[in-house]
Amino acid sequence: MARLHIDALNKSYGDTKVLIDISLSIGDGEFVVLVGPSGCGKSTLLRMIAGLDAPTSGDIVIADRKVNALAPAERKIAMVFQSYALYPHMDVRKNMTFGLKFTGVAAAERERRVAEAARMLRLEPLLARYPRDLSGGQRQRVAIGRAIVREPDVFLFDEPLSNLDAALRVSTRVEIARLHRLLKATIVYVTHDQIEAMTLADRIVVMNQGRIEQVGKPLDLYYAPANLFVAGFIGSPAMNFFPATVGRVENGTAEVKGASMAPMRLPAGALRAGEDLTIGVRPEHLTARGAGAFAASGVVELVERLGEASYAHVRRADDKLMVVEIRGRETPSPGDSVTLCAPAEDVHAFNAAGQSLDVALIKTS
Amino acid sequence: MFNQRAQVVGVHIILIAYSALAVGPILLVVMNSFKARNAIFGAPLAPPTAATFSLIGYAKVFNASHIGTYFMNSLIVTLISMGLVLLFGAMAAWALTEYKFRGSTALALFLSIGIMVPIRLGSVAILTMMRKAGLNDTLTALILVYIAQGLPLSIFILSEFVQQIPKDLRDAARCDGVPETRIFFEVVAPLLRPAIATVAVFTIVPIWNDLWFPLILTSSDSTHTITLGVQQFLGQYITDWNSVLAALSMAILPVVAIYVIFSRQLISGLTAGAVK
Repeated sequence: MARLHIDALNKSYGDTKVLIDISLSIGDGEFVVLVGPSGCGKSTLLRMIAGLDAPTSGDIVIADRKVNALAPAERKIAMVFQSYALYPHMDVRKNMTFGLKFTGVAAAERERRVAEAARMLRLEPLLARYPRDLSGGQRQRVAIGRAIVREPDVFLFDEPLSNLDAALRVSTRVEIARLHRLLKATIVYVTHDQIEAMTLADRIVVMNQGRIEQVGKPLDLYYAPANLFVAGFIGSPAMNFFPATVGRVENGTAEVKGASMAPMRLPAGALRAGEDLTIGVRPEHLTARGAGAFAASGVVELVERLGEASYAHVRRADDKLMVVEIRGRETPSPGDSVTLCAPAEDVHAFNAAGQSLDVALIKTS
Repeated sequence: MFNQRAQVVGVHIILIAYSALAVGPILLVVMNSFKARNAIFGAPLAPPTAATFSLIGYAKVFNASHIGTYFMNSLIVTLISMGLVLLFGAMAAWALTEYKFRGSTALALFLSIGIMVPIRLGSVAILTMMRKAGLNDTLTALILVYIAQGLPLSIFILSEFVQQIPKDLRDAARCDGVPETRIFFEVVAPLLRPAIATVAVFTIVPIWNDLWFPLILTSSDSTHTITLGVQQFLGQYITDWNSVLAALSMAILPVVAIYVIFSRQLISGLTAGAVK
């Protein structure tokens, strides 16, 4: 297993910049998830780590070895593809051993590795079958097995669960987490699904439009998003945003006003009078009962009942919708007027450039 | 309902008529090859009966000519040409779709010219070239010409199929450490099998049936192919129809055999890609 270091990586196709100045260090045995909307460059980054695409500039270092000019096979990586990419004309055993033949692994050693991977992934009864006779989940396990037998320095996963149905996705996710504990492997995992990212990752890398927006532990991203994009991307349903302006600033507190919210007081920190802000509150932190530093009113338009929680979509004063999570049996009805509150510690504030002011807030409050 | 039925019947009438048109002459040749000379002329459309049945044509062909040599020549030329067309065709198709290099588009265009321009236009040049190369009256000359004739179309068809092979498979093989040549032979080529069968049939039939190039490029009995060999029974004044028909009937067999061998692959090859 090994460390992976990416330094000032750029990739452009003609004038289109796909990756801009990506720098990232991944520790030995760390599970890092690259997450972002489609087209954000996460798969391109993974393919460049694998050596399937060449970067326009920048360095990739695996296990203290610069691998820019090395072929995928020489980088000691193994990749699991979204489409599984199993060789259709080879049985499961052959699929797993095929690559090993060319990398100088002796026959006995190949058998040992296949046996071990098959045991780990419960593939023993399937070894003589062909990919066409396997279910989606089984195919994905074979693909993972093919990666394991290579005993790579770094595992690369490219949206491995997207082709599976919902139930299988959950069980395979658990399987991958178990494997990571077992193998203590360095893993780079690409997904657009934030639940996968939150559940699997030691650290998450949120990407958007070719840039890294934030790198951090799952709960750090949730509780302290660095900017508007991360705040909106992590968490489901997404965070509610309220446009606001800073009013008077005196005695270390700033008055913040917005069309869709009641005026509130924030620790002034670096806030300046007249500055535009965006206030963010997560649906699960809003409540229709009690009072808090933050309050916003509106009319309930729609209630979604999921069982463990219900989501009420509330039309607020500026005609946009906000979402509130409600626990328990009692839910409002469409047409009800509600006032939603949140305590100060659950309120996020972002400046006009979209950068979080949370740090300042937490420090002064 | 009625309309649909009428449509089905109509389609089948057309198909049956076409089949009769295509199979009829072949059936006539095969039927008459088993008849005595008088019966061939007396009732050309009648099937052989106990009275008219005769194997005289086959006997003459086997006794009086180099039919064995002709057959072998045809087989050698056809099979070697086919093998090389498929090998080079698949490799070129892979290279042209997989690797982008300077001039790859120009090369693809150049190869497609071969589909549009009939190779027979170059007969004189080919003849001179073969003479100068000392290949005149050899099977090698025929094989070279047939490879040139078959390659453009095979590259064109195979390229289409190569493009349908998922890119992830190739990437997976590369990550697995499989060398590029082995990726081609052990991952790509097996997946191209239906396409290769299709191209094999397309390649074999015109080569086996060709009369033109054996006629201009071979001159001795030892290098004649079956189609050319049959010509010796066609005289200016007398034609030995028994032998001609017998030889032709036998010449059909290998093509039919190859078609049967490839047909299962062929059908999936022809329809693959038709439905996305």
